[in-house]
Amino acid sequence: MKGLVKKIELLFRRKRFAAELDEEMSFHREQAVKDLIANGMTPQEARFAAAREFGNATRLKEQSHEVVGFGFETVVQDLRFSVRQLRKNPGFAATAILILALGMGASVAIFAFVDAALIKPLPYANPRRLVAVMESSAGFDWNNLSYADYLDWKRMNRTLSSMEVFTGTGYALNTPDGTEPVPGMRVSAGFFSTLGIRPMLGRDFRPGEDAAGAAPVVLMSYGTWQRRFGGRRDVVGQAVMLSGVSYTIVGVLPQDFEFAIRDSTEFWEALQPTHECEKRRSCHNLDGVGRLKDGVTVSAALVDMKGIAAQLERQYPDSNRGSSAAVIPLGKFIVGDIRPILLVLLGGAGLLLVIACVNVASLLLVRAESRRREIAVRGALGASRARLSRQFMTEGIALVLAGSAVGLALAAAGMRVLLGLLSKDMLAGMPFLRGLGLNGHVLLFAGALAVLAAVLFSITKILHFRLSSMRDGLTEGGRGSAGTLWRRMGASLVVVELATAVVLLAGAGLLGKSLYKLLHVDLGFAADHLATVNVGLPPSAFSKDEQVVAFVRAMLERVETLPGVESAAITTLRPVSCNCDTDWVRFVGKRYNGIHNEVNDRQVSSGFFTALHARLREGRYFSDAEGATKPKVVVINEAFAKKYFPGEDPVGRKFGDTELTPKSIREIVGVVADFKDAGLDQDQWPAEYEAFNQDSDTYFTLMVRTRRDERTVLPELAGAIHEVSKQAAVEEGTTMMDSINASQTAYMHRSAAYLVGGFAVLALLLGVVGMYGVIAYSVSQRTREIGVRMALGAQKSSVYKLVLGEAGRLIGLGVVLGLAGSVGAARLMGKLLFGVQAWDVETLAGVAVVLGVSAMLASYIPARRAAGVNPTEALRAE
Amino acid sequence: MAKKPDLFPGTLDMLILKTLTHAPLHGYGIALSIKRLSDEVLTVEEGSLYPALQRLLLQGWVKAEWKMTETNRRARFYTLTASGRKQLGIELTEYEQMIAAIGRVLGSAEA
Repeated sequence: MKGLVKKIELLFRRKRFAAELDEEMSFHREQAVKDLIANGMTPQEARFAAAREFGNATRLKEQSHEVVGFGFETVVQDLRFSVRQLRKNPGFAATAILILALGMGASVAIFAFVDAALIKPLPYANPRRLVAVMESSAGFDWNNLSYADYLDWKRMNRTLSSMEVFTGTGYALNTPDGTEPVPGMRVSAGFFSTLGIRPMLGRDFRPGEDAAGAAPVVLMSYGTWQRRFGGRRDVVGQAVMLSGVSYTIVGVLPQDFEFAIRDSTEFWEALQPTHECEKRRSCHNLDGVGRLKDGVTVSAALVDMKGIAAQLERQYPDSNRGSSAAVIPLGKFIVGDIRPILLVLLGGAGLLLVIACVNVASLLLVRAESRRREIAVRGALGASRARLSRQFMTEGIALVLAGSAVGLALAAAGMRVLLGLLSKDMLAGMPFLRGLGLNGHVLLFAGALAVLAAVLFSITKILHFRLSSMRDGLTEGGRGSAGTLWRRMGASLVVVELATAVVLLAGAGLLGKSLYKLLHVDLGFAADHLATVNVGLPPSAFSKDEQVVAFVRAMLERVETLPGVESAAITTLRPVSCNCDTDWVRFVGKRYNGIHNEVNDRQVSSGFFTALHARLREGRYFSDAEGATKPKVVVINEAFAKKYFPGEDPVGRKFGDTELTPKSIREIVGVVADFKDAGLDQDQWPAEYEAFNQDSDTYFTLMVRTRRDERTVLPELAGAIHEVSKQAAVEEGTTMMDSINASQTAYMHRSAAYLVGGFAVLALLLGVVGMYGVIAYSVSQRTREIGVRMALGAQKSSVYKLVLGEAGRLIGLGVVLGLAGSVGAARLMGKLLFGVQAWDVETLAGVAVVLGVSAMLASYIPARRAAGVNPTEALRAE
Repeated sequence: MAKKPDLFPGTLDMLILKTLTHAPLHGYGIALSIKRLSDEVLTVEEGSLYPALQRLLLQGWVKAEWKMTETNRRARFYTLTASGRKQLGIELTEYEQMIAAIGRVLGSAEA
């Protein structure tokens, strides 16, 4: 204890301590010399004898320092020395730090997204106990629930403490600026209590408020409360008109409440089974969410639900044949689509980091080689092995510290750039990205990476130091075993680098090719010169089908008079959206065994196909005159014809719903060539296009075929529609091309291809630089050997062969290993590959050529230098 | 250079403290004194002497002062403190116990 106090005291008087020690020791030496002289030695002999006896004065002083010093003092010394080393060599330091920062920055930025989307728990009470409960059937993992099935599942299950449903909706809200479409949700009464969310104002829904006939009640989001109701607390209990229906506002949700599936939702209504769909067991429009009972696992709940589904299948074969259940953690359900892309990106960034670290490690090795003399001298002067090892470690740590600091800055910038690339709609669907930044998790991750890197660098150097004999370092020329050893170590490192670069390049190549194929998929219609806008009509003012049909007719006529407009049409769901809004059909005159004949179902106006420039294969399109009073007609696509009428002529055949209700029966009048209803990477499904005039809807998409730039038509559409009816709610328009390019599928593939592409370019660069380093070093070590060879008559060409042969072996090994790795990695990318196989020969061959040629070029520079060696000079140099 | 016998670990501190019981000495004086008293058998290497002195200073067993020598040369003189005297006592006892123990082992081996 007393010692510690003195130590600390001495810490602040270090200079004086050193001076006193110096004086004391020189006094000692003088006295010794004096005595030796007195014993009869000459002064010179005496000084020499004393010096020999005394030994290494510096080392002696250090030993005294160590007694009074602290461990960290030498660390500080080492650190200072390291910084001086780095500053003395700014080129090396900047390169190493930049490379490291790039690798770190990319990994940390991507990890931040992974953390936000996949690791951070959902912002609900006890989120790990929440599950999504869905139906499943052959070919579909996650189906919507039907209302009747939901009631049975809720009643019969023994594994969930609560089970609720939700589904999206939209309302027409009257605002001072006119009618505005606002997004909404219909949820069963226990929805919020299942999530563990309590309204910040007012109350939650009460049980029974979601029963048919109960007074309509609604909760609103915090944003809506602030924006539309000025944050007044007295709104609770007031009425709000949504789509012409009066709802009582019962509460306001907390400010931090988020629901990723539809986060822009303004109003939440207690779901009453009033929609047509909810009255039939065969109609599926709901998503389920449940909370597991204590101690129940997800798989146990799945078994439970599957049992119930099987029971319902026996009970209601007409509607439920082939229906089973799916139970998955809610978090996985919510982030579903971006999961694979994030993991692929994280993998890519990780590989880049590997290359970066390997590159820096081999840079350090080169430096260590050039410092062998210095190290050897320091060792001879008394630096202990442990102390030298610690010095190497400190140098590694200094490098990693600097690299991490720059890397974190790069990561923060990178995150902002990546967020900027997301469209507003996509961001709304990913509220979990809002808190993105350098939070605790991310910093921890960065710290772990930094520690790993520091360990790697320290080990590399210490290993190198341990393996090379110190005495070699002192001998002139120093070209002993250590040189060979380093060549071997450096060579293995560069093979790792090249192989990793190949994997990244191949990944980027495959993703790029997928993206190209995706964007050049045959849509089956002309997507250019198409302007689109979604229109909603308040059902209260348009309660009768004739009113809707009349409005649409007038609207289309008005829009077609706009300058530069060729034609206009509507559809209930625009092309290139999804295999969704399906219908189960049953054919008149064909055997039916209850199997689901699931087809995409859209209601379109008569001019739809011509406006799309679709191709008619057989029969005819329906006409505008075929309205409610005429027999029902339908146009099917080729996939439909092929699947259900193989080898037959479908025109004239009839089908209806699963019960063949007379009013559902419709006649096929034409077959249209397949065009994309679903996402770009999704399969072509059978589709039926019904006449909108016979089966109308109050929400639809207007599609306008233009002769001029379709973008210029967009601003005019809302005005034209409002001329027909002020009550129509018109959303913001977009062009078909934009809507395809901004679609989730395109976005996913594009961001994956671009980011992995960026990583691959960096990897290629680093790999090639590493290659250059290894060959250049090898040549510099062998200058004398090459000189001798040339003096003995070797031709320049044979020197080239010597150097490039070595390079070729390394490159070949790297490429072969890399290609093997690529095929494996590509298999992991699975869903992100579209229209290409993991072993796409074209891509892999291209990658091998690109990497091989660039690495060879990098090796050519030192090879030329080697061939240019002047034998006399090379031999004289040593 | 002939190899000198190694000291038992820890004995150097004890020897230094012992030489200081009579009068304060400087470093060289301590080394000289040990050498003389041991009939030139024990030479304290400077490489161990000064770190040992620092250790003793830190423990508070010795004090250091800059004084003038007879030849009018500034030197650092080390003085034994009260706690140093106590420490010497402890170390001597331990040392004697150890020597006795070693002697018993060696004696029994002979018998």
